[in-house]
Amino acid sequence: MIHLTAAVENLIRAEGEKAYPNECCGFLFGSANDDGRRNVTRARPVKNASEDAERYHRFRIEPDAFLRATREAYAEGLDIAGFYHSHPDHPAVPSEYDREQALPCYSYIIVAVDNGVAGDLTSWELSLDRGKFNRELTEI
Amino acid sequence: MAVTVLIPTALRVFTGRQAEVIVEGCNVGEALKAFTDVHPDVRQHLYDEKGDLRSFINVYVGETNIRNAGGQATPLENGETLTLVPAIAGGAARIRGNSL
Repeated sequence: MIHLTAAVENLIRAEGEKAYPNECCGFLFGSANDDGRRNVTRARPVKNASEDAERYHRFRIEPDAFLRATREAYAEGLDIAGFYHSHPDHPAVPSEYDREQALPCYSYIIVAVDNGVAGDLTSWELSLDRGKFNRELTEI
Repeated sequence: MAVTVLIPTALRVFTGRQAEVIVEGCNVGEALKAFTDVHPDVRQHLYDEKGDLRSFINVYVGETNIRNAGGQATPLENGETLTLVPAIAGGAARIRGNSL
């Protein structure tokens, strides 16, 4: 289960609309309980480092940006709990490409943006064997 | 040289939930070997079958990505921090003009 603040949810939706028709991406700062529940208290946007022509259906986060975000999160007493990105004109479900690129133990939030308007928002976690994405119960 | 290895969330399941460990090594390769000797389950996630670092794992010594320095031969000073940084990517299946 993942718990988001309303501010986090609103920021992800706004970032998805701002980036449309391209994909947005960013970090989820938060903490994890021993029972695996994640609490996300801040969404931190980051530049989509994919090539211009690919951004409409791809996102990439530069390792330098990941390093900086990790330090920011630690400084706030938090951790990288996961990532978000948008699917412009596409459902909020992970693609095979999403699964191939994902890592376990993180939350992956996807917001669908249809014709520039944010719609469904879902969260997913990759299984430890990397075989499939499992949808997480999302609590606002 | 004693160095601290900072472990990303995705790999902590293989390190007993530890976020950092202190290991010995004069260069990055030695430090990572010491790290994977202590936590052998993490080895397959760091290295491919040839023993090369996997492409989606970046290793930083301080602020420097070792891909832009000496790779695993990058020397370490006592007390330095070695950070493991995964590459993050993804995206919709949609091809422009096709919603499949």
